[in-house]
Amino acid sequence: MTLLSFARGPGMQVATLILIAGMFWRLSGILLLRRRVAHAAARNPFAVRLLGGAVTIFTRAIPRRTFWPRVGAGVVLNYVFHIGLFIVLFGGAPHILIIHEIFGVAWPDLPKGVIVVASGITLAALILLLVRRLCHPVLKMLSKPDDYISWLIVFMPIFTGILLSGETVAGYGALLAWHILSIEALMIWLPFGKLMHVALVFAGRGMLGYNFSRKGAAT
Amino acid sequence: MAVDETLGEMLARRGFSRRGLLKFAIVMTSSLALPPGMAAAMAENLAAARRQSVIWLSFQECTGCLETLLRTSSPTIAALIFDFISLDYQEALMAASGSAAELTLRQAVAANKGKYLLAIDGSVPVADGGVYSLTGGKANVSMLQEFAPDAAAILAIGTCAAYGGIPKAFPNPTGAVGVEDVISDKPIVNIPGCPPIPEVLSGVLVYFVSFGRLPDLDERKRPLAYFGTTIHDQCYRRPFYDQGKFAKSFDDEGARQGWCLFELGCKGPTTHNACASLKWNDGVSFPIESGHGCLGCSEPDFWDQDGGFYTSLAGGKGPGWRDAGIAAAVGITGGAAAAFGARHKTTRPDVETPE
Repeated sequence: MTLLSFARGPGMQVATLILIAGMFWRLSGILLLRRRVAHAAARNPFAVRLLGGAVTIFTRAIPRRTFWPRVGAGVVLNYVFHIGLFIVLFGGAPHILIIHEIFGVAWPDLPKGVIVVASGITLAALILLLVRRLCHPVLKMLSKPDDYISWLIVFMPIFTGILLSGETVAGYGALLAWHILSIEALMIWLPFGKLMHVALVFAGRGMLGYNFSRKGAAT
Repeated sequence: MAVDETLGEMLARRGFSRRGLLKFAIVMTSSLALPPGMAAAMAENLAAARRQSVIWLSFQECTGCLETLLRTSSPTIAALIFDFISLDYQEALMAASGSAAELTLRQAVAANKGKYLLAIDGSVPVADGGVYSLTGGKANVSMLQEFAPDAAAILAIGTCAAYGGIPKAFPNPTGAVGVEDVISDKPIVNIPGCPPIPEVLSGVLVYFVSFGRLPDLDERKRPLAYFGTTIHDQCYRRPFYDQGKFAKSFDDEGARQGWCLFELGCKGPTTHNACASLKWNDGVSFPIESGHGCLGCSEPDFWDQDGGFYTSLAGGKGPGWRDAGIAAAVGITGGAAAAFGARHKTTRPDVETPE
């Protein structure tokens, strides 16, 4: 069995099963936890609370003006990285093919040149975010191994994807194998580290907004 | 052709000039990725070369490899190379049969001990003592083990001989393997393909006859000159791949425009062969040019590749919805157990279960 056969076969199967089990483990574990009882009467009806939760998902997506000088660079870099990753993930022809194979839905792909440029910008933003993390005293102090592992786990698929698009440092088969294996590493790590924010970030913000709305606070 | 006749004499007798031999040598050096200066030396060596004994054993095969090598339609020097070699034993081509054929084989081996090239097409079945393919009551694996030690080198012709090929496909009831899985102490050249490209075999033969040794091989023992790059790297549709223009089905506008067949399962990016440059039927076409993706027939285990011929390389073999459901159930169970465990640890009076 070649490395590519392993990556496309047993590796893909194991990584997918771990991803699914891990995601459901984390989500059910959080959803079934006890929550504090709110003794005060709700200030808003249920529908308004729900709306407050939904609104907060968007309002919390941009920091308040007061904080911009301190967090602006990080926010911009993070947005560049996430938007770039979104373009690469959902605009690249091979990625759409996989989605089509699994879920049966597809959409027009972007030209390879656009994907390569987006990948490059995404990778540059990711590297700058690491530099910022290492240079910023507070961020550095707050960083744990999880942060660095998660960074590396995200870095590798983008890096190997760029190598794959160029097909220069090795053959297509070897590069494709490394690209798929790096994605499988990401799939395995995702539920157990900070990358789980993929599933929790919007739910967390929504819950926060819901609680604020219940208390009558601005969302 | 007289036994002691050289190739130069034979070509002259058939009307080929020395200039023709030089042109052929230039083409072959180019084909073999040799420096241009080697052409003159190759021509000299070829002209002085004498007949090379080749003993061809057919094992678990379909005769497609032999057929393609015989289907050279024009009398080129490359075709004459096959006339020039002394094909001392080939069951499908020789007039003799039965015990007479067996005697011919033994005489050829004895007369060319240590000098003959042993050509094998077809896989070697090794299960149950190799009883699944016999010649004259003798198992293929036994024949290979008997005749390999006295060969100068072994040519494994076709994917079956090189890697086991289709007979090795799951569930492989005959225990089919490639030649290199049985013989490990002889120089082996794998010329895979289903079937292999005739010009590759003639190139290897020309090199061996010219220089008395085998050409440079890659890690899978394939001639580097022909298998050094992928179909994808040489494909005329490659610009469409780079532009992201893919045919979505075999009869859509993209297919009619000749766009890349990657999404239709083409294995060109992972297949090493010279189809896109040498082509087939005297350079007429090759599968991708005819509108079908590459099957990867010259790669090991090509018949069992994940997803099959029409699944793109981008995809893989996922676990299936049933296994995914089981994984989800395991995850939910684990998460619920962890959550309820945490509940029991909680003693705060202001905490209760959600409404």
